[in-house]
Amino acid sequence: MSAASNGRTATRERVTTWTGQGIPRKEDDRLVQGEGSFIDDMGMQGQGYAWFVRSPHAHARIVSIDVSPALALDGVYAVLTGEEAKSMCQEPFFRIAPGAASHIEEWPLAVGKVRYQGDAVAVVLADTRENARDAAELIEIEYDPLPAVVDGVEAAESSAPILHEEAGTNVAWNGVFNYGDIDWALENADHVVKIDRLHFHRFSSTPIEAAGAVVDWDVGSGVVTIHTNHQMPMFAAMFMGPTLGVPINKFSFSSRDIGGAFGTKIGFYPQLAALALLSKKAGRPVKWTEYRTENLLSSTHGNERTFLDIEVPVMADGTILGFKTRAYDDVGAYLHYEPLGGVIWSQVLPGCYKLKHIKVDYSATLTNKCPVSPNRGYSRMQHLWLIERIVDTVARELGFDPIELRKLNFVQPEDYPYETPNGCVYDSGDLPRSLDMALELVEADYWRARQKELGKGKGKRIGIGVGSTLDSGTNNFGQARIINPELPFSGNGEAAIAKLDLYGEVNVNLGTSPQGQGHETTAAQVAADILNVSPDKVTVSIGFEQANNSYIGFSGTYASQFAVTGLGAVMGAAQKLRDEILEVGAYALGLSKDEVELSDGVCVSKNDPSKSIPFIGIANLVYTNNAVLTPELREKVSLTCRYVYTPPFQVPDTDRKWGNLTLTYASQIHACVVEVDEETGEVKILAYAAVDDCGRRINPAIVEGQVHGAAGLGIAAALYESFDYDEDGQLMQPSFYEYHVGTALDIPHIRTSYIESPSPFTPNGAKGMGEGGGGALHAVCNAIQDTLDKDDAIVYDSHNSWERVYDLLKSGERQAPRGVSVLSRVSGS
Amino acid sequence: MITQSATQAIEVTINGKTYRRVVESRQLLVHFIRDTLGLTGTHIGCDTGSCGACSIIMNGKLVKSCMLLAPQADGAVIETVEGLAHDGELSALQESFRDHHGLQCGYCTPGMLMAATYLLRNNPSPSEEEIRRGIKGNICRCTGYVNIVRSIKAVADGAQLDMGDGVAKEV
Ligand code: FES
Ligand code: FES
Repeated sequence: MSAASNGRTATRERVTTWTGQGIPRKEDDRLVQGEGSFIDDMGMQGQGYAWFVRSPHAHARIVSIDVSPALALDGVYAVLTGEEAKSMCQEPFFRIAPGAASHIEEWPLAVGKVRYQGDAVAVVLADTRENARDAAELIEIEYDPLPAVVDGVEAAESSAPILHEEAGTNVAWNGVFNYGDIDWALENADHVVKIDRLHFHRFSSTPIEAAGAVVDWDVGSGVVTIHTNHQMPMFAAMFMGPTLGVPINKFSFSSRDIGGAFGTKIGFYPQLAALALLSKKAGRPVKWTEYRTENLLSSTHGNERTFLDIEVPVMADGTILGFKTRAYDDVGAYLHYEPLGGVIWSQVLPGCYKLKHIKVDYSATLTNKCPVSPNRGYSRMQHLWLIERIVDTVARELGFDPIELRKLNFVQPEDYPYETPNGCVYDSGDLPRSLDMALELVEADYWRARQKELGKGKGKRIGIGVGSTLDSGTNNFGQARIINPELPFSGNGEAAIAKLDLYGEVNVNLGTSPQGQGHETTAAQVAADILNVSPDKVTVSIGFEQANNSYIGFSGTYASQFAVTGLGAVMGAAQKLRDEILEVGAYALGLSKDEVELSDGVCVSKNDPSKSIPFIGIANLVYTNNAVLTPELREKVSLTCRYVYTPPFQVPDTDRKWGNLTLTYASQIHACVVEVDEETGEVKILAYAAVDDCGRRINPAIVEGQVHGAAGLGIAAALYESFDYDEDGQLMQPSFYEYHVGTALDIPHIRTSYIESPSPFTPNGAKGMGEGGGGALHAVCNAIQDTLDKDDAIVYDSHNSWERVYDLLKSGERQAPRGVSVLSRVSGS
Repeated sequence: MITQSATQAIEVTINGKTYRRVVESRQLLVHFIRDTLGLTGTHIGCDTGSCGACSIIMNGKLVKSCMLLAPQADGAVIETVEGLAHDGELSALQESFRDHHGLQCGYCTPGMLMAATYLLRNNPSPSEEEIRRGIKGNICRCTGYVNIVRSIKAVADGAQLDMGDGVAKEV
């Protein structure tokens, strides 16, 4: 296979368009040499090192805090406690939740009570990292422990201990999503499959770089400088501003290289606020590097969701009419982005299928556990996992082939644009073909034959599973109003600036804060095509700087949208710049605008190539020689062009919980072959593949890398990674010893392929992608299911350790409850 | 009562340059390399020796620099990621990681490159299984390891442009 045919070119030869080429990334030369600038590489003159003092209890009243022993230690600059931090603030953090939960007060540090193991009680500043830790240990805190609640369903019961007395309930939000007529469907279906309980477990993508910041509150100017690896800095600014009493234009946020985030670097604005106050108090810059144990205990976990009383109406031919369930999202002790997760899942309400009658009674509940916030696949993967488990369970209980059942119920290629029961519009795709491709890549026919040959009872069993999933991208933030109609949010967008600099250099900057997605490269590819230069000639600013970069309130890198919003903004800005260059060039050459074009950094006459002016000449005319221009041109042209891309959204109907919640729907179909050891429950992956359809791919190599990454994290979550709390609310996996992150030995080779179904709704036909919809969790669970006997229990949890798999294997002979039952009104199927 | 720790003079050669410094006896080697010497290419990703972001080659052996105290490196010869390129020329592995999209955020990359450098020195043509074993102490959260394995394999085989079987091909 030649380098070009697989979408990569190792060298940058001239090609028709740069868009669509897998060119090597602009980021990589610095990163492979250790020359990236990550947060812990930054510092400021005179800085101290911060260390947070965190609660050992899951739930306790703070009786007293004595900081004097810490202050007595040499090298300690300051200690800030919760009460003092509160006294320096104007108001608690902004609350998204309506109703009772809108009364919850969260401050930068815990005040009066701690609500999870790891809740920050105080923060110390000292001259070295080591002294800060020593001092933290000397702080004497007396706690009065309270009973803890660690289960999301129990938390909703009236007997549960209440976390936030101001709210009077642990239910942060409840909403009933009801479409079609599920009662009618359940009464009239040929079969009703009932599943007692499914549980989507807690885990996190744990980027290898934890959170961090260097913060300086300059009292003289009032400017609060925050270097941080937050992935949505201006969103953090919106949360922090009113609390700290700092106007947005007195913040100076910046980031450079970010060592992964996956959504988990959105929720740490309380830490940033505490550090700002600490800096103000100590009168010096503050450097904080989150350590891994701190990260696992207190940074962010993914949403843990329990589904109860699932009922699925199915017709004799296999048509699945819909489902109903009660869902409980355990969102931990504070609401950092939640309860937005309560609506985000409904972007993919029917999954990949033409389900018509759906009712979900959803509650977000507060528990004495680490707060959750977005984690790759945020809120949708939990729901998609439910649907994939439903489809597989229906197939198994009613005797359908799981592949054929999927194909029968899929949204079909001719159905697009397809409107879901809640008003979302699936833009394009070909799910049946993607599924066939995935099966072919794992050589499913071969493994089916092996599976039959091997059978059961010979020590090893083989299972084949697929996961069909949607990666919905470009949120309509209007969906937040379904949670709280008072919220002044809707739409989405991203900003970019394209500029020709003083000597004719092309520069692009973005409102985003990438963490490995290669924005410098893809933005350069897009701008290069419009300005007709090589991507090497386009400098894309690294990271984000509030003072220089353009942004809107939604700016950042999250939720599978850059290819649409970010590159939409780059396209717009580059087109404006192109127009200005052509205008000035034409004037300089004495031609009209339509008689000139751009070619390799030069504006040239279309008819007479000897007539041209290079970009440096154009820049000269505008920046340092403008008396030769006409007054009209001087007025019109700045060579600094800002563009904000906004998708065509409307505000959803909040009463009906209805509207177009996301612009694009990339799909991923995963296929997985597992071998299960009957004696130990060990699961080994024998073959794995993912087929991606994200519309037009701007850089196929980057797209493929995102598919690998999402699959890798999903496989690790399905088999190895889980956050579990004991009944007292102690986290059982507080370090990478216990939290077993998937290694190169755990994650198999992942084969990939693709379809390109361009989105009709985006400027470039691309769809946002990257999160992957948790496809691996679905596929692995379904493959494990495939190894079990008919009288065994169903796979009921998204996490399947050896022990759990062993129990499943033995469940039939132990006559354990199967967790599923069928009511049939017709015989056979 | 905590007593603040003693200091100690050490001499360490890193990427061919010798450094003499007085360090706190309890300072971790990784902090010495990063904070004291300013060689920030070596990263930190955990506090239990589990992630390999801090991997360096010390006296010819691959070690995790977060698992040693700075004084334990007294007299040692150390290689870090900053020493891989020579006169502006990337090493074959660095080039291969770039050409095979073997990195995304790049945070694990320096440690991964040191592990891969060590592996290929000791086993110039490893199988896929041996490559995976060679980097099992290095966690990457971005790539699912696929392109990292490809990057290393390409150097091992001397076939820089062999992309393996999975690269975005139409079936
Ligand atoms: S930082 Fe050394 S192994 Fe993680
Ligand atoms: S490239 Fe991000 S952790 Fe490996």
